[in-house]
Amino acid sequence: MADFKQTPAQTLGPFFAYGLTPEQSGYAHKEIAGNIMAAPGVPGEHVRIEGQILDGAGAPIDDAMIEIWQADADGRYPGGSRDEAGGSLAFSGFGRCGSDDEGGFWFATIKPGAIGNGHAPHIGVIVQARGILNHAFTRIYFAEESDANSADPILQSVPADRQDTLIAVRSETPAGPVYRFDIYMQGDDETVFFDV
Amino acid sequence: MTNNPYKPRDWQIHPPSIYADYKSTALRNPLKPLIPIRQSLTEITGPVYGHDALGPLDHDLTKNAAKNGEPIGERIIVTGRVMDEDGRPVPNTLIEIWQANAAGRYIHVKEVHDAPLDPNFLGAGRFMSDESGQYRFITIKPGSYPWGNHHNAWRPAHIHFSLFGPAFASRLVTQMYFEGDPTFAYDPIFNSIPDEAARQRLVAKFSLDLTEPEWAHAYVFDIVLRGRHATPMEA
Repeated sequence: MADFKQTPAQTLGPFFAYGLTPEQSGYAHKEIAGNIMAAPGVPGEHVRIEGQILDGAGAPIDDAMIEIWQADADGRYPGGSRDEAGGSLAFSGFGRCGSDDEGGFWFATIKPGAIGNGHAPHIGVIVQARGILNHAFTRIYFAEESDANSADPILQSVPADRQDTLIAVRSETPAGPVYRFDIYMQGDDETVFFDV
Repeated sequence: MTNNPYKPRDWQIHPPSIYADYKSTALRNPLKPLIPIRQSLTEITGPVYGHDALGPLDHDLTKNAAKNGEPIGERIIVTGRVMDEDGRPVPNTLIEIWQANAAGRYIHVKEVHDAPLDPNFLGAGRFMSDESGQYRFITIKPGSYPWGNHHNAWRPAHIHFSLFGPAFASRLVTQMYFEGDPTFAYDPIFNSIPDEAARQRLVAKFSLDLTEPEWAHAYVFDIVLRGRHATPMEA
């Protein structure tokens, strides 16, 4: 077959909100995906994931878009591919959140199950913003899963002194469990990004 | 990394993380090397949307936000085919676009460019590629707009495109340009792409064949997403 070359990436720019995150940003346009991912009846532990995205000078990035893709509580991707169908219909597995003026973002979701033996529960993350020409891939792992984390082949491919950048820390609040996951694009605590 | 189902991003084609002429890249991209990943289900699956997720006017930006008439500007058709690196169509994949209006003004609340908003134009649309990977939007040709990157900086007229393809790994966000734009040589975002042939693939071509008489010019923009390595099962 002919060899077709990849279309190059370009930044999503500063003005994506009315197109990609319109409802959460107050525009009169329907959102295809938002940051409230799980209806109340969806099986699993309902959790909030929140964080802040910061640039190399420690300044908040107020025009970022964070996207996450995760399995359901049973470790199944909801209709995620032609050969991996299954999962809960009320749970899309995909969330999208534009950052606020403080670089903040959050998702209301369920904690994913492990996708198979040897994999720790985790969430795939894509980070984009004005100034990011190629979207950046990272992952969220869960601090209380230390045994599974220590056996996860992808987490363990990360140098030990950088693994903490991928691990969300859990706290219990009156509204339910909250995981903290900050994203540092650069600096001493630069988040690990993957060549996916 | 070998044995991954999806072919890697081609770094001869995509822009570098840091591109000095585009100043916002300096503090917003990783400085440490990316860590190669062995693709798991998380990377080789992705969100899937049904055609029922779209509204009937989502593909027509001249109508999907109209309040009391047609938007001002040159009506155009933007059409093309989504395919993978083997030229196979990518069907049923969500394409999202957003753009400035004919005057070069984005409707975003933080946009300060002194050009008029159009009450009948939002500038956002969606389409689901068909079984042969084809898509088609009706919109208004966007204007060039100024930005603060450097003195007298103007972005070439462009439409932003966002696609998923079949997997989280095949996600692509890019920009489509128009042939003949006088500002290409001065735009650091366009020129961040290292390969001239790759840059030209972002430039939509006018098509008289697809232009509709008495109605609208047509521009063709084909999109190639990351493909899969052949596996013994498929060979």
